[in-house]
Amino acid sequence: MPRATSDAKLLIQSLGKAYAATPTNLKIIDLYVVFAVATALIQVVYMGIVGSFPFNSFLSGVLSCIGTAVLAVCLRIQVNKDNKEFKDLPPERAFADFVLCNLVLHLVIMNFLG
Amino acid sequence: MAEPESSTAAAGGSRLRNACGGVLCAFTLLLIGVLAFSIRLFSVIKYESVIHEFDPYFNFRVTQEAKGTGAGLMAAAILAMVPSYISRSVAGSYDNEAVAIFALIFTFYLYVKTLNTGSLFYATLNALSYFYMVCSWGGYTFIINLIPIHVLLCIVTGRYSSRLYIAYAPLVILGTLLAALVPVVGFNAVMTSEHFASFLVFIILHVVALVYYIKGLLTPRLFKVAMTLVITVGLTYASKYIPIIASVSEHQPPTWPSYFMDINVLAFLIPAGIISCFLPLSDASSFVVLYLVTAVYFSGVMVRLMLVLAPAACILSGIALSEAFDVLTRSVKYQLSKLFDDSPAASGDSSAESSSASTVSTNSAKNETRPEKTETAPKEKPSKKNRKKEKEVAESVPVKPKKEKKLLVLPMEASVLGILLLIVLGGFYVVHCVWAAAEAYSAPSIVLTSRSRDGLHVFDDFREAYAWLSHNTDVDDKVASWWDYGYQTTAMANRTVIVDNNTWNNTHIATVGTAMSSPEKAAWEIFNSLDVKYVLVVFGGLVGYPSDDINKFLWMVRIGGGVFPHIKEPDYLRDGNYRVDAQGTPTMLNCLMYKLCYYRFVETDGKGFDRVRGYEIGKKHFKLTHFEEVFTTHHWMVRIYKLKPQKNRVRGKLKKLKSGSKASSTNAAGRKKNPWQ
Repeated sequence: MPRATSDAKLLIQSLGKAYAATPTNLKIIDLYVVFAVATALIQVVYMGIVGSFPFNSFLSGVLSCIGTAVLAVCLRIQVNKDNKEFKDLPPERAFADFVLCNLVLHLVIMNFLG
Repeated sequence: MAEPESSTAAAGGSRLRNACGGVLCAFTLLLIGVLAFSIRLFSVIKYESVIHEFDPYFNFRVTQEAKGTGAGLMAAAILAMVPSYISRSVAGSYDNEAVAIFALIFTFYLYVKTLNTGSLFYATLNALSYFYMVCSWGGYTFIINLIPIHVLLCIVTGRYSSRLYIAYAPLVILGTLLAALVPVVGFNAVMTSEHFASFLVFIILHVVALVYYIKGLLTPRLFKVAMTLVITVGLTYASKYIPIIASVSEHQPPTWPSYFMDINVLAFLIPAGIISCFLPLSDASSFVVLYLVTAVYFSGVMVRLMLVLAPAACILSGIALSEAFDVLTRSVKYQLSKLFDDSPAASGDSSAESSSASTVSTNSAKNETRPEKTETAPKEKPSKKNRKKEKEVAESVPVKPKKEKKLLVLPMEASVLGILLLIVLGGFYVVHCVWAAAEAYSAPSIVLTSRSRDGLHVFDDFREAYAWLSHNTDVDDKVASWWDYGYQTTAMANRTVIVDNNTWNNTHIATVGTAMSSPEKAAWEIFNSLDVKYVLVVFGGLVGYPSDDINKFLWMVRIGGGVFPHIKEPDYLRDGNYRVDAQGTPTMLNCLMYKLCYYRFVETDGKGFDRVRGYEIGKKHFKLTHFEEVFTTHHWMVRIYKLKPQKNRVRGKLKKLKSGSKASSTNAAGRKKNPWQ
């Protein structure tokens, strides 16, 4: 038992240390992702308490949050300097793709909101 | 494909050659498009099937992403002519499934493209094309199940990459939202089990992505614990998934001849294609293999899904053919260079093998294929195709050698023989396709022909009946028939029908099926409640037309009994046999369908001999009480009956009704009947 806790402590420490090394712009994106997921969670909790009556509103709300989170993760993957696969993709291009994707997503959501 | 070549070879010449190759490639594609167009012109041009000419192109792109240009061109050429595809997209019978296959291939192309590039832009496009697919066909569930399976396969085999994440995660979110926009799908996109697979994989993918991310930060010790967790989740998913596939089987399985009819020689080429896909296994080629395997499975359950199999079969056999040509022509070239052994050829060859493709290789390939051309020239149909093949060979050769340094050298005679055999095989395929397009799929199903000793008989009864309907009935009269004839009646007789070939609404079809299998009085009441004026039945007993309503009758009973339980199939079967002769059950011999089909039939030959069933009918002399015959076509193939008006029967009720609301009803009747208005 003490070994496990020490392991966990070590793990968390090393995680925190490793994460502190990430560049600031990635941290901002991470914050955005966390925010989106938290909003989605709040909506789910609200749905659990109040009920899912206008189902398309609930669906579009939650999917909008998850969608933005997913797209932000994609953006994060693409602009990450450590990622070898996207060396030749300039961050401007990645951001433009991200904006386009978000545009499509939210157009659809506005349409679906009812 | 072309980029590394230009960088290694002498700059100017190779660029020119690349440009030539590009132009040649485009030209070939154009030719294939023209071929795809013209082969569909065997039937009467009713609708423009322009969109179909793009299908070979997208198939080309899919294969190109998976294997390379030569294979892509081959696949496009094969797809242009594959019979099962033609069956749905000949100019005359052009329906939404044909559009859907275009959308299907396009979606797969974009998915593979996203997987290869990892660009969000293509992911968006992918979601949009998925939307197009959802709009056009219910078979979109194939996509939303196949792509998750592929993703899962990639994860399980340890091929996870961030490109996979980019290709899949936005597709799920956007695709679900877009699918929910389509009215018929609606909330089903998140409520039904077909779609759960994608969400489950979505979650798994996130877990895996997180794990990989943490793995990047951490030592690999904890990573193993997480991996076991993911694998258990994956396994439970797979076991959950199987009943979903099984539940799709709602239509009839195909027979072996239909496989051969529809994909022909491709069936033999597919295994070779699979093998060559596995040689260098990439994400894209594993996707193609997976696509084929699931498509084969689905087409095994349901004959309609043969359509889904066709593009996969084309891609794989295109790959196989081009690989085979590649190996054979290369060995021929090698043997030739050894044979002649003069300096220019040898130097050209060595340069070709060392760094890049050269003109010599294309020239030699052309030299090899030229003799074949003269040999196959007598056959007129294949020659067009062969010429195309030569072009493809000429292109596939410069692409490959730089990849494979170790040459698989075959003896000269064997390779020439192999090429010949392949060309003959291709020729057979072309002949079969042309035959299928011309004979099997272009025959109009509305005018039937039969060949006998004294020449060609034409049975034009359907058009006769529809013309009668359109000339002799009121515009707003409603016609009831089995759903097979719904669209035809709507289009050719211009009358409203109760059920048609759109089978979304099962209950409605069941109502008509119940009416057809009920006794006359009950059927009259059902039809009257539906405001039906005329009932149309198709009867083949006089001329021996097998797909008539009596043979379809058991389906009416089954579908009707599925919704209205008082219709029981065993009531219509004598000891499990379906028959309408003297052995038939009383329920069968008294149902509406029997009566409408065989009314006055005994007057034709005095015995009532049914030529389809091959025996005399059970009940020969009977009268109709609630229906009257208004029209029967020349060969008795279509019979039209009118419902007798109501006042002949429920007299007492009518009186009561009149005393209750006399003024209004007479008023209304008077207004309607007034001849001076």
